[in-house]
Amino acid sequence: MKAAAVALATLAGSIALALLAPQWLVFMAMVVLAKGIVVLGLLVLMRTGLVSFGQGLYFGIGAYAAALLSHRWHVSDAAAMMVAGAAAAGLVAAFLGLLLARYREIFFAMLSLAFSMILYGLLVKSAALGSTDGFNLHARSFFGIALTAGTERQVFLVAGSVCAVVAALLVHRLFGGHWGRLSTGVRDNELRVTYLGASPYRIVYVNYLIASALAGFGGALAALAVGHVDPEMAYWTISGEFVFIAILGGTQSILAPFAAAAIFETLRMIASQYAPNVWQMSLGLAMLAIIMFLPGGLWTLTQRWRRSA
Amino acid sequence: MSGILTVAFDGIVYASWLFLMSAGLTLIYGVMRILNVAHGGLYALGAYAACSLAGAWLGGGLPAAGSFAMLLLAAVMVGCIVGPLLERGLLQWMYGKEEVVLVLVTYAVFLIMEDVIKLAWGVDSMLLPEPYALPGNFSLAGVPYPVYNLLLIGMALVTGLILAWALYRTRQGKLLLAVIHDREISMAIGIDVSRIYLATFAVGATLAALGGALTAPTIAVTPGIGVEVIVLAFAVVVIGGLGSLGGAALGAIMVGLVRSATVRYWPEAELFSIYAVMALVLIARPKGLFAAQEARKI
Repeated sequence: MKAAAVALATLAGSIALALLAPQWLVFMAMVVLAKGIVVLGLLVLMRTGLVSFGQGLYFGIGAYAAALLSHRWHVSDAAAMMVAGAAAAGLVAAFLGLLLARYREIFFAMLSLAFSMILYGLLVKSAALGSTDGFNLHARSFFGIALTAGTERQVFLVAGSVCAVVAALLVHRLFGGHWGRLSTGVRDNELRVTYLGASPYRIVYVNYLIASALAGFGGALAALAVGHVDPEMAYWTISGEFVFIAILGGTQSILAPFAAAAIFETLRMIASQYAPNVWQMSLGLAMLAIIMFLPGGLWTLTQRWRRSA
Repeated sequence: MSGILTVAFDGIVYASWLFLMSAGLTLIYGVMRILNVAHGGLYALGAYAACSLAGAWLGGGLPAAGSFAMLLLAAVMVGCIVGPLLERGLLQWMYGKEEVVLVLVTYAVFLIMEDVIKLAWGVDSMLLPEPYALPGNFSLAGVPYPVYNLLLIGMALVTGLILAWALYRTRQGKLLLAVIHDREISMAIGIDVSRIYLATFAVGATLAALGGALTAPTIAVTPGIGVEVIVLAFAVVVIGGLGSLGGAALGAIMVGLVRSATVRYWPEAELFSIYAVMALVLIARPKGLFAAQEARKI
């Protein structure tokens, strides 16, 4: 019941934002949404105790799949692009996951990093895909309804929010029950999960698939927001950013990734405005402070506040 | 025939550079279980310090040959000042956290160092061409090469030999191997683990800075040079097996040769090939080529 109320409030908020806010704020909200969805996927993986330093792979795949759809095959429907982003990422993950699900800890992180850098290397060197410059994409319709110029981002924002809310509710439901307990079990003691008759490999595989499809969807959304894709979207610094947002928010709530992404993007905007040369430093200091004083992320603050109230 | 020779030589030059970068990384991981992202920051810092020191030396009208000594001095200075500062000031409070969290901690340090460098040296690129041009060229199979490349190979060999000697032939090195093998038992038999950590990190930082200082004359030193280096060094270290010095050497040679061969025969695949090798090795041997077997804990 509570989840439904939060979902409805979020949707109402995003519609209000789309209708009332200036263009730059709508753009920022879309970026927040895109990153929040990717980080939601990371949270799913973290439930099994795995951290991927290569979600940029699926972010990039999602973005390029969406952009190629418009660039190569002249499909300019935004809904098709979002589906293509998630589907392409899911497809690649279905293959790579077979392999990656065998790895744990730092080796999982490193191998996923290697795969994301392979994609980066391919994109940078492929002249057909614009190499380091990337290329532009245009979405002119949504579910077959033509969009008037200037309203595209508003429509994408609402559509993206609906998808994000649905995804978050599904993840919430999935991890509130049997599957969530099993995932936590894999993190805490894999061998015992096996004794109980469940397959840790399968659990990790499915969670990896979920995380990757979400990252692909986030990538497509980001591509639609910016109207441009480039190889930087698959670079390791982007993957690091996702992990940072996940740590910033904490893993206790499905709302945390979105809240943390909003804080992150706001800080980035302020920093790029007033102090572009110390942005990375403030990011680093914030990350150290969180790890030292709030290892559970910012979300633990709300719990403290609730307890004292 | 000459094609193969140049590919091999280019590969070995690149491998020497990679080895300097990854030896420190694998040492720090082996002893401290920290996959040090800040290694890239130390590399950049070494490059900048080398530019400043050697630049000042040459600007003072002193004999140009001394600028090589300045490169080494810059590396040692960075390693022995910034290394202990990081270990004592920050990392020693983080031991016992998960490895992945430690990656994030050093990532944060890396980000901070990037901006510190920008604040200290500005955002314009710095050039230090003298040490590179000074020794002149030599010819290999009809292709002229800078002698500096031979110096680089020499430095990598000397560094590798000194490290291997220090690790396997000296008392301190054997104590360090004991710590790698089992930290808690080492503490119980009276080894000062905290001091070993400090020394390891200082040595690792010096090696990173040395990599940077020796690279400085060959490139334009600009903000962000550490970003690419760090994942390359990761790839080398992971191929060899985290924590293995011999593994780092083998990984460096593999990556170096693969890169120089693809650059020559299939230039589009340059970056792709390096990480493809890393992925293939990890697929075949999940913990790298030379990783120590670990007892399974239940």
